[in-house]
Amino acid sequence: MDANGVRPQHGASGPGGSSRPDSARRIVVAGYGMVGHRCAELLAERAARSTAPVRITVLGEEPRAAYDRVHLSSLFDGKSPQDLTYPTPPGVEVSLGDPVAAIDRQDRTVTTASGAEYAYDELVLATGSYPFVPPMPGHDATGAFVYRTIEDVEAIKRFAAGRKIGAVVGGGLLGLEAAGALQAMGLETHVVEFAPRLMGVQVDEGGGQALLSRIAALGVTVHTSTRTEAVETGEDGSVYALVLAKGDDLSALPVDMVVFAAGVRARDQLGRDAGLAVGERGGIRVDEFCRTEDPAIYAIGECAQAVDGRVYGLVAPGYAMAETVADHLLGADPKPFRSADVSTKLKLLGVEVASFGDAFGATPGALSALYSDSTAGLYKKLVIGEDGRLLGGILVGDASAYATLRPLAGTDSPLPATPEQLLLPASLGAAPALGPDALPDSATVCSCHNVTKGTITSAIHEQGCADVGAIKACTKAGTGCGSCVPLLGRLLTSAGVQTSKALCAHFEQTRAELYEIVLVRGITTFAQLLTEHGRGGDGCEVCKPAVASILASLGGTLGAGQHILDGEQAALQDTNDHFLANLQRNGSYSVVPRIPGGEITPQKLIAIGEVARDFGLYTKITGGQRIDLFGARVEQLPQIWRRLVDAGFESGHAYGKALRTVKSCVGSEWCRYGVQESVKMAIELELRYRGLRAPHKVKAAVSGCARECAEAQSKDFGVIATERGWNLYVGGNGGFRPRHADLLATDLSERELLRTIDRFLMFYIRTADRLERTATWIERMEGGLDHLRAVVMEDSLGLCEELDRLMGQHVAGYTDEWRAAIEDPETLRRFVSFVNAPGVPDPEIKFEYERGQIKPLLEIGPRPDEGPARDDDSDNERVPVEVGA
Amino acid sequence: MTMTANKQHAWTAVCRYADLTPGRGVAALVDGVQIAVFRTTPGELYATGNRDPYSGAYVISRGVTGSRDGVPTVASPMYKHVFDLRSGTCLDDPTIALPTYPVRRYRGLVWVRR
Repeated sequence: MDANGVRPQHGASGPGGSSRPDSARRIVVAGYGMVGHRCAELLAERAARSTAPVRITVLGEEPRAAYDRVHLSSLFDGKSPQDLTYPTPPGVEVSLGDPVAAIDRQDRTVTTASGAEYAYDELVLATGSYPFVPPMPGHDATGAFVYRTIEDVEAIKRFAAGRKIGAVVGGGLLGLEAAGALQAMGLETHVVEFAPRLMGVQVDEGGGQALLSRIAALGVTVHTSTRTEAVETGEDGSVYALVLAKGDDLSALPVDMVVFAAGVRARDQLGRDAGLAVGERGGIRVDEFCRTEDPAIYAIGECAQAVDGRVYGLVAPGYAMAETVADHLLGADPKPFRSADVSTKLKLLGVEVASFGDAFGATPGALSALYSDSTAGLYKKLVIGEDGRLLGGILVGDASAYATLRPLAGTDSPLPATPEQLLLPASLGAAPALGPDALPDSATVCSCHNVTKGTITSAIHEQGCADVGAIKACTKAGTGCGSCVPLLGRLLTSAGVQTSKALCAHFEQTRAELYEIVLVRGITTFAQLLTEHGRGGDGCEVCKPAVASILASLGGTLGAGQHILDGEQAALQDTNDHFLANLQRNGSYSVVPRIPGGEITPQKLIAIGEVARDFGLYTKITGGQRIDLFGARVEQLPQIWRRLVDAGFESGHAYGKALRTVKSCVGSEWCRYGVQESVKMAIELELRYRGLRAPHKVKAAVSGCARECAEAQSKDFGVIATERGWNLYVGGNGGFRPRHADLLATDLSERELLRTIDRFLMFYIRTADRLERTATWIERMEGGLDHLRAVVMEDSLGLCEELDRLMGQHVAGYTDEWRAAIEDPETLRRFVSFVNAPGVPDPEIKFEYERGQIKPLLEIGPRPDEGPARDDDSDNERVPVEVGA
Repeated sequence: MTMTANKQHAWTAVCRYADLTPGRGVAALVDGVQIAVFRTTPGELYATGNRDPYSGAYVISRGVTGSRDGVPTVASPMYKHVFDLRSGTCLDDPTIALPTYPVRRYRGLVWVRR
């Protein structure tokens, strides 16, 4: 040790080490799971505000950055490890793949497995837990796995390919997650549980029964009250069968693989080796500030035994402990951690399970109110105290009441309705959903980040949070598991925050409501809609294009003007739709012919080149695999299109809130890796949906294999080929707020694929807000992706027949807008720069040359303080343009 | 068609009233000045400068017309700023205004005076 007490540090500490002042306080976090990450994040936030230098180092065992372990099973659902990975907290040094192996409390140093040494002033142990594997014969055979890390999941995935039968030992939360994963991979799936029921920690006998019947109905075989005696291995040393014992009966279950999910144990060995006190059943003992016996060492999360004697295996208590430690180290007023709420709401194999408060009625004098329907696999139990207040409950099969009931449990608030009303399904005449007014201010709304109703209402009233996004940013509520998000919305409404849904001053209806009115009443003009359903006035730049879009979406059905420039519709369109081209910053327009799937013959490519050359247009390849021609004046547009139509092109609708492109990779015709013909599919989709007007633009892509070269997961709808058909993703977005698409359906046949996209698009057109992309639409939708899936795949709203019919009429009624325009003298008359001088080009549109092409001469561009120009093909159209004074 | 009716008043006929689409505008070139002429849905005529002060582009005539609290408006197609058709004032920022011009309907024609 040198004079400053800092040992020379080895490679693992990174190059930043020497540049920092030696006087910096050194905080080392051992463990980089969810809780270790959260702790580092909170420490970094506080360190950034602190005047004294602090150096935060995280030493992790896994070879990858911290990730969302709670959603590990989403890796079987189309998500990638990247999607689950957390960003490194700013200013934190992270060392991966090299766990702490020993602590020297005397010298205050830790040594990693590779021998690197780190000095600390304070050490936080967040080493988590390890899966418990019963020490039975064959437990480590080839084909035996645990379910804990991304590496575990990847190993399971690799091994499962081509195998038939899998078993999970353990019927708890993690076991059922693993069972869901095996089933998702197409294996015949068994669950072996030693206890008489599933999820014994969370639910009681009745709840376990309901859960069992639901899971059995999904085709998973559950063996309860059954002990796994041994794993039999075949001659090659891999798993062959499980030996099961039920009472005295022994049997063998043939399996190809087995996953052990029989519980976890605290990883407290570092503490034990360092002589720190540990609990009887494991877990490093800590006080209410999460300090171990050694005041320089803290322990949090699953490796710690809290003051109440419990080792918490959920993430929310771990986060709370991280908060306590971060404040104790670098903040003010640390909140003591004495015990935690272990309420949970989960979806396992598609079955909702929730358990909260005193779920088992342990409070003396507790009563329970029960609703159970074994055929439907429903079980709901409320535990009520002698004084009539809610203590806790269990919900299986339908946990929708969880968001309102859980915050009530254990508070002084009386039940907001009779227990029967709270328990009965809505169809049996139960009370309407509980309002958030029933909650006291002290009720915890977000248990992941421990945010109370009081904190949220003050954020709404005092800090002016006007939507769920603002509440999330302000309080962190809703940013964990997300189960409280619906409640946040209801708190906003109840606080009187009027998020007006009126389209504009002329219509008090939403866009979706106007769509219904137009469809049901067969309205064919804006004037009629305004007179019969509006609030007077002449309409405006908001409602006119919105209604024009609805009329165009339903054009094939209503038999109104089939062309968007027919009759009154011409007056409603924004300039882009009015001139069937994209307005650019100098008042000129750009032209984009459709190139379905990005496939183009040399002749057509030459034709585009000739047009661009002859009209002197700036030419650029777009991100959607087509060609954009810039710099056309209005009077040139019909001349350009005459040439393009003659060459076999049609409108690309780059100017419309409509289907833009269906991008594709080259697919199995050429690509060595492709499994389906993605170009052919992309062309078919683009031709099917071309011209379809929607609340906003729609972008799509088709990839011929899982390598995803067409980037389909960033599109409104994206199709990825599989060996067995097509996977359909929806709600992706690039632009201002990128969003990965959600997997809606897997292995669809071509017919199923078209039908599902038909319904998805028509449902979007029917229910989205004006200028709302599919990504926001899905996020806003009550019930989210599950609801969407129910609507388009299971016809839960009974709408599908109509959606199918509407799309059929769109497909049948499609005509090329530009061909029709150049054939109609009335329409052509509008394409002049000056009404009184049709032959005169606009003298203000001027160009200079750069890199061999034109570009707008911007003596007329915006002044620097007048805000940025807006690219019509950008994804950022809802971002308000700021205008300087 | 460009006809000068009365040199003293310099009214210029720019088009037939019937040629105007209700609710839309056109651009006219009058002595080298670009003027946007609108026919609102109720049938009134307004004339303003064609230059959008925010972008500098000559596009006001291509905006969507409407009304806001009874005031006839046009929204610039560039960044959607809304202007009062009568005074030219920008409703989002009263310090900015379009020039306005006298406009009338006479003998089936639309006349503007620069």
